[in-house]
Amino acid sequence: MRPDAEGASGTVTVETAGPHGMVTVRGDLTSSTLGEVVSEITGIAVPGRGEARFEDAYGILWMAPDELLVFCPYGEVAESVTKMEAGLEGLHVLVADVSDARSVFTVSGAGIRDVLAKLTPADVSPEEFGIGMVRRSRLAQIPAAFWLRDGATVTVICFRSVAGYALDLLSTAATPGSEVRYF
Amino acid sequence: MLTLRCPYCGVLADETELEPGGEAHVRRKASDCGDGEFEAYLFLRENPRGVHFERWRHVNGCGKWFHAARDTVTLEVFGTYPAQTEGPPGEIMETIGARRPGWRWREFS
Ligand SMILES: [Zn+2]
Repeated sequence: MRPDAEGASGTVTVETAGPHGMVTVRGDLTSSTLGEVVSEITGIAVPGRGEARFEDAYGILWMAPDELLVFCPYGEVAESVTKMEAGLEGLHVLVADVSDARSVFTVSGAGIRDVLAKLTPADVSPEEFGIGMVRRSRLAQIPAAFWLRDGATVTVICFRSVAGYALDLLSTAATPGSEVRYF
Repeated sequence: MLTLRCPYCGVLADETELEPGGEAHVRRKASDCGDGEFEAYLFLRENPRGVHFERWRHVNGCGKWFHAARDTVTLEVFGTYPAQTEGPPGEIMETIGARRPGWRWREFS
């Protein structure tokens, strides 16, 4: 079903989502200790391959077979890192606060798949990119990751050094009058 | 357009999300080998018309290196597999054998 089948216009809104606590955790994702430590911070179980799991301000993205990106409120990130480092002591892991190295955008509206498809070579059809999945890819010339919060909201993250470029890209792709209405 | 399935993420990645890493299964020669052997290790690469084995990195993705077996003429992809190996896995060899009987590439056939 087309997301705008109900008669919505296909207009898409692009917003910067403000500061988020983001912590890169690298290590053996099958380790039960790592799973417990990460879940204690977020209240969420370690996601499987390609999954994005969120509960309110907390979340975990599967970034690679040995890498997670843990989300928490920005104000809690230092405490979360300390807790994780303590809990994972002795294990071969990396815990790094990347909150200030990433930018987060919220793109919402009926035409979000069309906006993404203008910028990324990734297959963003509902069959390949559903709710609860994260896709690391590129938006035009920069690396980015994105996941659907619901059928009409996608969250996009990229390196903060290229946040201006990403905002320009997304805004241009979402310009009213440029709706593709493919999906 | 070339698309390869990253064996780590499971996603179908477009060529522009990947970084080419040249020929796969190049075996390092020790520095005490002959000059000819060392030159071959450093510089001599296959440039086949047909079955080829390559390294690719999922650079706009999980960041991992993997291997791909494909046909350089038709762009048919026989399969992709993790890089922690010294040769193509059996199922890839079987697929190529079925699609290109009599194929040969370096010491593999
Ligand atoms: Zn990958």
